[in-house]
Amino acid sequence: MAKLNMVQAINQALRLEMKRNDNIILLGEDVGVDGGVFRVTDGLLQEFGDQRVIDTPLAESVLIGASLGLGMYGFRPVVEIQFSGFIYPGFNQLISHVARLRNRTRGSLSCPIVVRSPYGGGIRALEHHSESMEALFAHIPGLKVVIPSSPSQAKGLLTSSMRDPDPVIFLEPLRLYRAIKEDVPDEDFAIPLGKAKIVQSGKDVTVISYGAMLWVTQKAIAQIGYKYGVELIDLQTIKPLDVETIIASVKKTGRCVIVHEAPRSFGVGAEIVSQINEKALYDLHAPVERVAGFDTIVPYYKNELKYIPSEERIIAAIEKVMEGI
Amino acid sequence: MPRKKIAEFSIDYLQVMDEGGVVDQSLMPNISDAQITEFYRYMVLGRVFDEKLFSLQRQGRIGTFPQAKGQEAANLGAIACLKKDDWLVPSYREYAGLLYRGVPLSRFILVFSGDERGNSHPETYRCLPYCIPIGSQLPHAVGIALGMKLKKEKNVALVFMGDGATSEGDFHEALNFAGVFKVPCIFVCQNNQYAISTPISKQTSSQTIAQKGIAYGIPSIKVDGNDIFAVYAAAQEAVSRAREGNGPSLIEAFTYRLCDHTTSDDSKKYRSQEEIAQWEVKNPIARLRKFLESKKIWTEAQEAKLLEECSIKIESAIKEAEDLGIPPLDHMFGYMYQEMDQQLNEQFHYSKKFEGK
Ligand SMILES: Cc1ncc(C[n+]2csc(CCOP(=O)(O)OP(=O)(O)O)c2C)c(N)n1
Repeated sequence: MAKLNMVQAINQALRLEMKRNDNIILLGEDVGVDGGVFRVTDGLLQEFGDQRVIDTPLAESVLIGASLGLGMYGFRPVVEIQFSGFIYPGFNQLISHVARLRNRTRGSLSCPIVVRSPYGGGIRALEHHSESMEALFAHIPGLKVVIPSSPSQAKGLLTSSMRDPDPVIFLEPLRLYRAIKEDVPDEDFAIPLGKAKIVQSGKDVTVISYGAMLWVTQKAIAQIGYKYGVELIDLQTIKPLDVETIIASVKKTGRCVIVHEAPRSFGVGAEIVSQINEKALYDLHAPVERVAGFDTIVPYYKNELKYIPSEERIIAAIEKVMEGI
Repeated sequence: MPRKKIAEFSIDYLQVMDEGGVVDQSLMPNISDAQITEFYRYMVLGRVFDEKLFSLQRQGRIGTFPQAKGQEAANLGAIACLKKDDWLVPSYREYAGLLYRGVPLSRFILVFSGDERGNSHPETYRCLPYCIPIGSQLPHAVGIALGMKLKKEKNVALVFMGDGATSEGDFHEALNFAGVFKVPCIFVCQNNQYAISTPISKQTSSQTIAQKGIAYGIPSIKVDGNDIFAVYAAAQEAVSRAREGNGPSLIEAFTYRLCDHTTSDDSKKYRSQEEIAQWEVKNPIARLRKFLESKKIWTEAQEAKLLEECSIKIESAIKEAEDLGIPPLDHMFGYMYQEMDQQLNEQFHYSKKFEGK
């Protein structure tokens, strides 16, 4: 057990799994010599050599497309896209091929690749470095989407992602990279994909979040926890969504608030509301609330924090579902 | 059924001024002393500005920003060939040239201090805002150039990229498209030999970047990018070709970034101090100064005065940018569409309730 931040925990997950499985190779821009711009892959080139940790040309389409080729050829590529805002040259490969390979070959070929990428806002970054576009990926049939909220969770979820038979988009909230340290077991361990985590139980209201927003949500709950029994759910995996855990909780509490940094409309929150509508509508005591980023471009950093959900906005939403105000 | 050579290509390399500031008169483009001095002034302004932004970043007064130290000739030399009605499409490492074009210093400070107002009214300077997604600006320049051609204007579009950008699909699509439609577009690659940590040898197996243009039927040349006269001469040729209706060109300006990739980078991870020192010697500003001094059109006193003027300009630009404060909240919502829709409007009103919290 050692106290690690998320960068270190991900590095450790990669290293342990590369030791366990010779077919895992890392590819990406600046992942080798530089150790990644956030140093997530630091030291791995030295340990595993340049046949397994590969600095590539600056080209996301071939990075993702070639990973499909490697994947069907017996390897398990783990691709780093330097920031999720730069995945789009490779989006065609994801949507047209990676997500479809298993289905169109009637199960003969598959695409066991992990695409890792830092994502989300809150670090005063330059344009294109702060967006939360998980819903785009979750909307593509055939992809799985995972977003960790803590170092040990990142380790366990990434380990599962690298063992998963299908393509996983693994989004790493860059705001959390170095913000928190926690005890992480030294040995490898896996947290199953598709399972949400109940962070705390409560009887009055279900609050659902994930990634960096989980921490803001927890701070908000700390302020009003004395008034209401809050059940906090951390999704961990966005897709497949753990509908069972969500519905069981909402049936118990009858109230729900969803918190995400991504734009409000057509997103993860909307999907959760639909699931609740289909499976627990008559258990609700109040309409479900979403606290989210706005349907705008994330502002440059002077105004960035006005975009990202704040504790105040989360508290207001919880009070609204509790008191109808 | 013979097998025969059906195409043959070669790439020229142009240097006009050597590292000691000595020029080959037979290659020297036609530029007045006054204009050369002006180039020098803006290269120095670019350099001083660069260093000032760096210290502002370290003080937390601006955010992450990419320096461009060492690349002043590579961008200014090309931009100096543009006329007022031409369009300039930058990447993000062209400060000296953009300042020469007339883009105010305060705009860069605003952008790098997280304020979109630094991007407004690009039409004033006919210069688009900087572009971060690598290579994605190249198609825009091609479209602008096609527009110029369709309108039967004599204008040109000039677009910048780094060496890393030549690996992106957008680069190849843009050059091919430009070649097919013979649009008046000049592609300038500032080959500073690194894409963050990735050296050019890992970026491409091509001997030059220039030859990639040949593949698309585009006249292409490699020049010493630390030699302002070589860059200027090649760009003049390319701009004239474009104005005369003879289509696009590619210029590879071979240079070196004498700084980290951005303020978040640490280049010690991937290159040696000796290598940097070797390139310091080829510094484009020092080289031009030697030339000016040898022609006796630049003195120590002028240099001191220039540095003082640069500081004054920069200080007043910083004040101007910092005095603007934080953009009002409606800016976040107001520029999404020409008219705000109902959803956005509701979100705007909701957000006002939480302002300052
Ligand atoms: C599409 C895309 N992928 C990755 C990045 C991250 N990134 C920013 S700058 C850079 C290197 C660019 O190198 P080059 O094109 O040579 O230009 P230079 O920075 O050297 O001027 C990378 C990989 C990006 N901005 N856009």
